Amino acid sequence: MFDNFVVPDLLPAAPELFLAGMALAILMIDLTVKDSRRTLTFVLAQLALIGCAIIQVYTSSQEVTYTFSHMFVDDVMADLLKIFVYMTMIVVLFYSRGYVLDRAAMNKGEYYVLALFATLGMMVMISANNFVTIYIGLELLSLSLYAMVAMNRDSLASTEAAMKYFVLGALASGMLLYGMSMIYGATGTLEITQIAERLYGGDVNKTVLVFGLVFLVSGLAFKLGVVPFHMWIPDVYHGAPTAVTLLIGSAPKLAAFAIVMRLLVGGLITMAQDWQAMLIILSVLSMAIGNLAAIAQTNLKRMLAYSAISHMGFMLLGITTGVVSGDARYALNAYSSAMFYVIAYVLMTAGAFGMILLMARAGFEADNLDDFKGLNKRSPWFAGVMLMIMFSMAGVPFFIGFFAKFSVLQAVVASGQIWLAIVAVIFSLIGAFYYLRVVKLMYFDAPTDESPLTAPLDMRLLISANGVAIAVLGIFPQFIMSLCAYALLRSL
Amino acid sequence: MSNYPLLSLAIWIPIVVGFLVLATGNDRNAPMARTLALLGAITGFLITIPLWTGFDPANGGMQFVELSGWIPRFNINYHLGVDGISMLFVILNAFITIIVVAAGWEVIENKVAQYNAAFLIMSGLMNGIFTSLDGILFYVFFEASLIPLYLIIGVWGGPNRVYAAFKFFLYTLFGSLLFLVAQMYLFFQSNGSFSILEWHKLPIDLGAQIWIFLAFLIAFAVKVPMWPVHTWLPDAHVEAPTGGSIVLAAIGLKLGAYGFLRFSLPIVPDAAHELSSLVVALSLIAVVYIGFVALVQADMKKLVAYSSIAHMGFVTLGFFMFSALGIEGALVQMISHGFVSGAMFFCIGVMYDRVHSRQIADYGGVVNTMPKFAALFMLFSMANAGLPATSGFVGEFMVILAAVKFNFWVAFAAATSLIVGAAYTLWMYKRVIFGDVANKHVAELSDINGREFAILGVLAICTLWMGLYPEPFTQVMHASVNDLLRHVAISKIQ
Repeated sequence: MFDNFVVPDLLPAAPELFLAGMALAILMIDLTVKDSRRTLTFVLAQLALIGCAIIQVYTSSQEVTYTFSHMFVDDVMADLLKIFVYMTMIVVLFYSRGYVLDRAAMNKGEYYVLALFATLGMMVMISANNFVTIYIGLELLSLSLYAMVAMNRDSLASTEAAMKYFVLGALASGMLLYGMSMIYGATGTLEITQIAERLYGGDVNKTVLVFGLVFLVSGLAFKLGVVPFHMWIPDVYHGAPTAVTLLIGSAPKLAAFAIVMRLLVGGLITMAQDWQAMLIILSVLSMAIGNLAAIAQTNLKRMLAYSAISHMGFMLLGITTGVVSGDARYALNAYSSAMFYVIAYVLMTAGAFGMILLMARAGFEADNLDDFKGLNKRSPWFAGVMLMIMFSMAGVPFFIGFFAKFSVLQAVVASGQIWLAIVAVIFSLIGAFYYLRVVKLMYFDAPTDESPLTAPLDMRLLISANGVAIAVLGIFPQFIMSLCAYALLRSL
Repeated sequence: MSNYPLLSLAIWIPIVVGFLVLATGNDRNAPMARTLALLGAITGFLITIPLWTGFDPANGGMQFVELSGWIPRFNINYHLGVDGISMLFVILNAFITIIVVAAGWEVIENKVAQYNAAFLIMSGLMNGIFTSLDGILFYVFFEASLIPLYLIIGVWGGPNRVYAAFKFFLYTLFGSLLFLVAQMYLFFQSNGSFSILEWHKLPIDLGAQIWIFLAFLIAFAVKVPMWPVHTWLPDAHVEAPTGGSIVLAAIGLKLGAYGFLRFSLPIVPDAAHELSSLVVALSLIAVVYIGFVALVQADMKKLVAYSSIAHMGFVTLGFFMFSALGIEGALVQMISHGFVSGAMFFCIGVMYDRVHSRQIADYGGVVNTMPKFAALFMLFSMANAGLPATSGFVGEFMVILAAVKFNFWVAFAAATSLIVGAAYTLWMYKRVIFGDVANKHVAELSDINGREFAILGVLAICTLWMGLYPEPFTQVMHASVNDLLRHVAISKIQ
């Protein structure tokens, strides 16, 4: 009866299995814990993430390994991205702890368990080698996030944001599925590596394929949050509790990058001409609308939402320049620069939302731009940290944001599309304005609220480390840059 | 001597001391912050002295070179060196830092540590700009130096400081971003090198040269600033605190001009020849038109700011006549302008600290209450007007001489600035200093104290020294300028 059954090699998926087990165990353990002793859940969640990181490091290999009948792939790119996901999630949980404790509706074990399931979803997305795997990972992530956005259930804004997120997210999933089904129709397989092979072989229905590609790119654009599929981003970032916004805005970008790489580069590289043209339009529109709309915002979370749109647009530039008129010579350079950009962006965005959480207290969200007025007077050190984050996002050296922009721009120039590089720098100039405005509020204006900051010590230390990392990695960017290049060299 | 990494020390000592000053924290420790900053500035200056004493004037190439890998992924190196063109600016910068720290000594009472730290860090970054031989290293210093000045203008500036700070930052950023794209293009043309010296040898066809030249021109013209992208400068100067104005005029404006010599002329010589008439025309507009604009200013700082633009017009004019006399004259003018404009802004600061007005109309008869000050201010006004025996004369005279050889009418137009320059400077001086005591504020003025006298005295000595005996300054330039000209004369089109 079980003649054809082969026990799959579980080792490449060991971190996922461990995390799934831990998340379920924590869910059970948490039932016995009172609200006042939720620290236990927090510690266990952190231990689960650290455990994942350790397993990841010990099970990583230089080779590309497939398991579960080629549905799941483990390569160096996956290892690296997952390690960054764990690190980001550890930081996210630390940053959000104080915020969650202050808000009774959110101080539940589910917060941590859902965060772990979201992490699991991201890991599955990163390692997916099959349309079905991608979809499962994506839905696991999204459903966890929908619930988390709505967790503060007495807040009207949060509930509304969750509703919007859910409806638009479902629409995006639908488009992605529709695109996948068409590509399946054209190629006859769901497996990404096989799709690539069939496309090399030619003999596929090009019309259906391109149709599918359009839907696929639209679905991905929804998940990345690039124009014109960006409408959910400002509302969800703004409406969600800041701790959840931090989660949505940081680690999932790594996973979204991974599925873009898997689907477009891994599976549909022969169609690069077509999807690159689409991505260029998405990218330029995102930089334009993201940067211009951010200027008009008075809410910092909303401003960062538009800034996220523009950053994702900039990152896409790196992906659009991999193949130049059929020549993939610059592919490694282009994709690794996009990967570096995403990692740098996640580091900066974690810091920025972390600063909002640092300033927030019970009953005070600190998410208006004016709440940062005169921060230099209240706390010169944290004003300095925010200054570094803002200048880094604006792409001013010596911060990591500069080298992120630098590496993407050089990839664009390498592909010969100098006009695109000029468009990109002009929009970053416009973007610099609103980051400078935050610095202006902190340094040039007098505080309206003189009370000192009350965040706990661990949070202060961690956010300081985050700020210092932005500066230090800006002075020594080589390490992460070459890690990205190495990971893609081994995985492509 | 050259065993020590002098250039690295010149960059990093001020920056490290700057962060130490920052660590002294709030204004309770202000005396400590000031003392530490002054010590840091003096150490930074002393470190740069061996650059001059140990400099080999016969060698036109790079000296005190330091080279190590920085970002091997993109072949970006930590590559430093100075030649006869850049060496003097490193020393000038370190010197001006002392002046600036001293200038803010009693005046700045708010956030003293941050104020001094910003100037020290900026000084280190600017040394980085003058000594970088790697394009990206140059760019990184070039951009990073915007941050401290943005904060200086915005935090300690005048009533309209926010507007001025944003305008300053965004204008300069706009210029430099296109410069970055041009650098990336060169990177791929040179098969993956960001070395400026490699780019000097790189053959490029004329079409590309023109585009690169224009990208460079935007970056440097904004920084110089040249007409018509000069409008940020008067705003920045008027709103900046005295120290900020001094650094901006003495060093900040030189960065753009230096960029022309390090990038535009040697990397794209054919385009530079091709478009030289454009730059000459813009320079002449700056010299003549901006001179007249200065004439009608009612605000002293604005007047000196416009006069700076006119003086920098001489500099760019000198560069694009492609003669040794012109370039050396321009370099002398740059250094002289560093002393003179620094001193002019300091003089205005001295009066502003006492009366809290920069309007010429609020003054009159200052000589009656501040005789020592009036005498020194007279010297600097004369230097600003280009009177012989002051440093202001030497550079302008050399550039005009070079212009006569280049084209009579260019020389004629440039020479009119000697008249206009004398008119606006001396007319301002007359209205402020001479005449009867204008109002009770002027009547209550106290003459300069020891600190102010020392600062102005040192600057006066420098101004006279350069005016009477410019040889030590020009002597170190000869070899490098001649090398540059030989290089620029050879076409890079293949």
